[in-house]
Order: sequence, then C-alpha cells, then structure tokens
Amino acid sequence: MKRITVVDYKAGNLTSVLKALRHLGAEPDVTDGDLAPIESAEGIVLPGVGHFAATDRLDSTGLTPAIRAAIARGVTFLGICVGMQWLYSGSSEAPDQQGLGHFAERCTRFPEGAEKVPHVGWNSLGVREGSRLLAGVEPGEYVYFTHSYRAPVTADTAAVTHYIEPFAAAVERGNVMGVQFHPEKSNATGLKILRNFLEMMK
Amino acid sequence: MLTKRIIACLDVHGGRVVKGVQFVDIVDAGDPAELAVRHAREGADEIVLLDITATHEGRQTLLETVRRTARGLFVPFTVGGGIRSAEDAAQVFDAGADKVSVNSAALADPTLIDAIGRSFGAQAVVVAIDARRDPEAADPVRDAQVFVQGGRKPAGRRVVEWACEAEARGAGEILLTSMDSDGTRAGFDCELTAAVSEAVRIPVIASGGAGTVAHFVDVFARGKADAALAASIFHFGVSSARALKEDLAKAGVSVRLPC
Repeated sequence: MKRITVVDYKAGNLTSVLKALRHLGAEPDVTDGDLAPIESAEGIVLPGVGHFAATDRLDSTGLTPAIRAAIARGVTFLGICVGMQWLYSGSSEAPDQQGLGHFAERCTRFPEGAEKVPHVGWNSLGVREGSRLLAGVEPGEYVYFTHSYRAPVTADTAAVTHYIEPFAAAVERGNVMGVQFHPEKSNATGLKILRNFLEMMK
Repeated sequence: MLTKRIIACLDVHGGRVVKGVQFVDIVDAGDPAELAVRHAREGADEIVLLDITATHEGRQTLLETVRRTARGLFVPFTVGGGIRSAEDAAQVFDAGADKVSVNSAALADPTLIDAIGRSFGAQAVVVAIDARRDPEAADPVRDAQVFVQGGRKPAGRRVVEWACEAEARGAGEILLTSMDSDGTRAGFDCELTAAVSEAVRIPVIASGGAGTVAHFVDVFARGKADAALAASIFHFGVSSARALKEDLAKAGVSVRLPC
C-alpha cells in the first residue's frame, strides 16, 4: 500500500477528500502539524476550501518546509482548490501570506462584471496534451468548481477552463500538480483524476 | 462553459424521504441514501437533503442519515434542517456534507452565517429563504415576506434585503423557495427568483413549483437562476435529471451532459 498523507490545515473539512481516496482503495494518513507523515509519504494531498489566509498554518506548524523537502525528493503532490493556489507565489486574497512559490505566478480574483463571482458549478475542462493527471479525461468533461480566485494560464497549465476569461483549472509540472476544481465532488470524472494521481505515486 | 445546475432535493422526516404540497400532506418517497445515489447516477448535479422536522431528539438520526447518504455520493451534498450553531454545522460536515443550509436559525441570529463561513468557508454556507409574495406591499415581489418554522410564521423580513444581508455576512449561495409555488408543479416564481438573483452576486438556487421542462427553461432565462431544485418530479419517476437535462439542452440551456 502506497503511503499517502492528507494535510489538514483547518481550512474547511476533509471528509469528502478522505472518503473519495478511501473509495479508490487508498488508506490516507492525516496530519495537522506532525511532520513524520509528510517525511514518510509517497503522495501528499493538500485539500482546501475557504480562504488563502488559512495557509499560514502550514508555515506556523513547519509543514511548509517539510512539504517543500518532500516535493524535492520526488513525492507526488496534489493541491486542491486553495491547495492548488498555495503552489503559486501568493494570492491577492491574502497579499501578506506567501505561497510555496513552486509556480512563480500569483492568483487573483475574477474581475467584476456581468458574471457572478464566485464561480460555482460544473464547468468543462480543456485538457492540454501530455497531462498525466488528466489522462483519459475527454474534451468537454465537466468538473465542479467553487472559487473566487484563480491562477493564470501558463506553460505549466494542464487544463484550461473558461469563466469570464480563461484560467488554469489544473497545473502540472513533474511530480507537482494542482486542480482548482474539486475532484472529490466531480463524480466519475473526478474519481478518474484521483485514480490517476494514486497511480502516479512512486 | 459554466452550466446551469439541476439539484435533486430530499426532504427527510424521521430518516425517510417525504414529499408534501405547500409544506403539508406528506407522503413517503423512500430511503435517502438510495435515492441520493440514484439521483446522482441519473444525472443530478447536486443533492440537497433537508430535515424538514428537525428536532433535538432527531439529530442523531439525521447525522446517521447524512453519513449513510454521503458514503456513496461524489457530487456536492448540502444538508439543512435544525442547524442552530457552528457546532451543529461541524457535526454535519463531519458526517459528510459539503455545505450546510441554514434558515430559521440564521434569521434568529444572522451572525450564524458569519460563524459557519469563518470556520468552513463561504462556499459551505447556503442560506435558505422561504418566501411568499406580499400583495399588500408596495413591491409584492421584492418585498415578499420571509417565513420561518417550515413556512408557518412570518419572520418580519423582506426577501431581497434579507438575501443581501446574508451575502454580506458571507453566505455562498441562496436557496430561494417560493411557498406560493411549492409542490404545485405549476412553475417556479420567476419574478421572485430574478429579483433576488439580480440583487446579489452569489448563486441563487430556485425552488418550488417545478413541473415541466418549460418551467426550468423559464427560471433559468427569466428567473436568472443559477441552479434549480426539484424533488417530487424525480422521486416518482416523472423524469430523471438526465432526461430533464437532455430536454433543457435541446431548448438551448447549457447543462452538464453527458452525465
């Protein structure tokens, strides 16, 4: 059994993510500050709903350097929603709070206009060629989003979604991945993506 | 493209799904866990479970029902009924809900919205509003009266101003039920829905009155709803969510298909 650790930084509940991983046969550990399950992990999931400021708990518990070290030794990492945004250098939602900086860009709020913000509901994925995380996801498959901030489209973007303008629905570089949507709430498509993640673990 | 959501609602009483007309005349419609999974399989974008007769004694029954229902469900799952505190909400989240719906308790103490949002994020807080047009008011729609206690008692609030306050306090969505339309299968109250949807920036879920495909087309177009909720038309096999969505797609509404 692969060792997978889910990080609890007290930003919303983990129940749905754990349920989905268990449904797929994983037996995830949970840490809210203990570094040992990060140091021994082969895969790490950083879920997240809520506010970017909540990621300060990763710094205050010492989880940030532990995760950075894990990523450097090749651990398969998946950030979900705010957990994806944390991979960037920061977010205008909490300008003083630094992200991991694995991706250099910053997350910003959707512009105000005719469309509602937050972006809530099922939207389609434009998957870029070569994504391992999104392998088998057909053009136009839908996933569930709920967010007001988003990452820009760059060379590392694994899937593009349009809401007001194109944004990064998924990011992927080597062993580090993030999804803005909630795979644990995205029915068969979401489970397929989580299964890909589990299969990518060393 | 962001799609319009079709939400299947399970009204639960004593651990069973029930359905009434205008909040009375209740009949049994089945087991919540079974029905939730069936609806998700048949294309519902989301499941809402409302404990319509929430009592203190019934809390453990509800939590067990939520736990059972959440187990096989991988679409967003909202639970409401009898959530009076952030602690109540925490128990429901722990049992597997993704969002909680608050109604009477939020009217009694609006800071409940702030409190749940702070702990679990705005996206996890749905404020449910039961409204009835007020023919005596200057604007019977915008000034529709908000009701509490399962629609039995006026709350002394007006629908648009209460929706705006809920948004300002950090609600993530509004679930708007027209009590005039509920259970009639005669169509949503599109004017009421549009009045609320235009007044807030958060999604509005229209509820009450679903009967035909045309009613859904109407509430998305004229009612400016972001999602529509229905119960009885699905429970009794009149139409699956998938069949409904296929018809909606033909009518030009963007929906999640295939599903």
